[in-house]
Amino acid sequence: MSAVEISRVSKSFNAGRADAVDALVDIDLTIEPGEVVSLIGPSGCGKSTALRLIANLLEPTRGEVLVNGKPARQARLDQDYGMAFQQAGLFDWRSVAQNIELPLELKGWDKARRRQRTLEVLELVKLPEFADHLPWQLSGGMQQRVAIARALAVHPPLLLMDEPFGALDEMTREHMQDELLRICGETSTTVVFVTHSIPEAVYLSTRVVVMSPRPGRITGTIDVDLGTGRDVETREATTFFEKVTEVREALRGIPATGSGVEAVDR
Amino acid sequence: MSRPPSSVFRVLWPPVVFGIAFLLLWETAVKAFDLKPYFLPAPSQVWQQFRDNLDLIWEAASVSGANALIGLLVGTALGVAMSFALARYRLLNDLMSPLAVALNAVPIFVLVAVFNNMFSITSEVPRRLMVTLVVYFIVLVNVARGLREVSPTHLELMRSYAASEAAVLRKVRVPNAVPYLFTALKIAAPASVITAFVSEYFGGSQNGLGSRIVGNISISDNAAAWAYVLGACLLGLTFYLAAVALEGALTPGGKRAEDRA
Repeated sequence: MSAVEISRVSKSFNAGRADAVDALVDIDLTIEPGEVVSLIGPSGCGKSTALRLIANLLEPTRGEVLVNGKPARQARLDQDYGMAFQQAGLFDWRSVAQNIELPLELKGWDKARRRQRTLEVLELVKLPEFADHLPWQLSGGMQQRVAIARALAVHPPLLLMDEPFGALDEMTREHMQDELLRICGETSTTVVFVTHSIPEAVYLSTRVVVMSPRPGRITGTIDVDLGTGRDVETREATTFFEKVTEVREALRGIPATGSGVEAVDR
Repeated sequence: MSRPPSSVFRVLWPPVVFGIAFLLLWETAVKAFDLKPYFLPAPSQVWQQFRDNLDLIWEAASVSGANALIGLLVGTALGVAMSFALARYRLLNDLMSPLAVALNAVPIFVLVAVFNNMFSITSEVPRRLMVTLVVYFIVLVNVARGLREVSPTHLELMRSYAASEAAVLRKVRVPNAVPYLFTALKIAAPASVITAFVSEYFGGSQNGLGSRIVGNISISDNAAAWAYVLGACLLGLTFYLAAVALEGALTPGGKRAEDRA
């Protein structure tokens, strides 16, 4: 069973009106469990829309989205995925622990079980001593780690991330990428990751999906195999730079030399 | 959040020095130009009157203060209740919001003259009704905004948690609106006192601070009138500080609406 299966999905906003926008046209994408897939492309290419269709925060205009083999709506109701956004989106009237407990509260977990799971995920993101802090007392990177912990609280098999490190500085960003890889390795979570950054997409992913705007569509996918145990050396390796170049050329619409880029037939 | 004493001093000395200098200038001007008491009494005369009439001022302040407090409590309760209704029913919101904003721009004080006709001449009800009305709209506009203007990320998160509308209200909208309520109270508390005073200008019992100010001016006892003005200032300040203290006590971490990104 695939983690995500998007078949012939289109999404229009304001359909039938003068300001109608085809955000996505005829998208096909299948993601297998354990994959880390990045969606990359310029603004307006529909990458965030695609993520929201998987999350069932939006309904497709046409086509079908399956998550864990279920319709996306059912998967959302079952909390089959966790989600993190560019804004950490922590509730500033709740402590760090209470923020992480919120999805568990809504699932009806009792207090002891919530507390225990919260401590587990705080350990996972290496912030156990901050359980009782308020969000604004944490740095941007720490807040984002809390947001990831919150997304992972319900043990979701799938993690959906919408430019989660977009607001962080470069140093923090690279650190967070390593943390994300470590966390996903430990929890064997499937990840769909929306980003603007080519190196970030290449470093994190097993597959980079390149998208282009007007109308939003997938123009290529690039398989990346940098292996497990990626670190600073990976970022300086030739294979890394080759993949970065490949993605960059795919984004420019230039057919990349070498394998891995398939133009999607439209 | 507590500050070290030195920083409290740094914040306080400019207004204190300015206030003392202003009073000295006033006192000196009255003496130097030999201004008559019916034109402008000296601060020392006002203070003398304030001390001599302390019992009467206190009595009048109790009447105005009670009107303000009752109106403030009832208006806040109604405003909060209505803002929940607005958050729940969109049609009601579309009906009420423009009205609330429009009424805020109208000097609705004058309605008290109409209310006075509806009740007996010695009744305090028209004044309390007036305060209620003013407070109601301030609270309604602000709390409704707090319930409505929730971060889109928070709403998407709640949807991803498959949260019900009731859960969104309880876990997101209400806590989000709390700082807005305190912002409203900091505006409404002094406004309730002002409304209570002004309401007294439109007839009825001559027992509050507002009517005493008018009464003393009409017999040219300006120093006494100013003494009542001083009482009025103190009452307004008390209400405001009570609202600030309530906010400090009930808002965790001292995060207020205006601090939010």
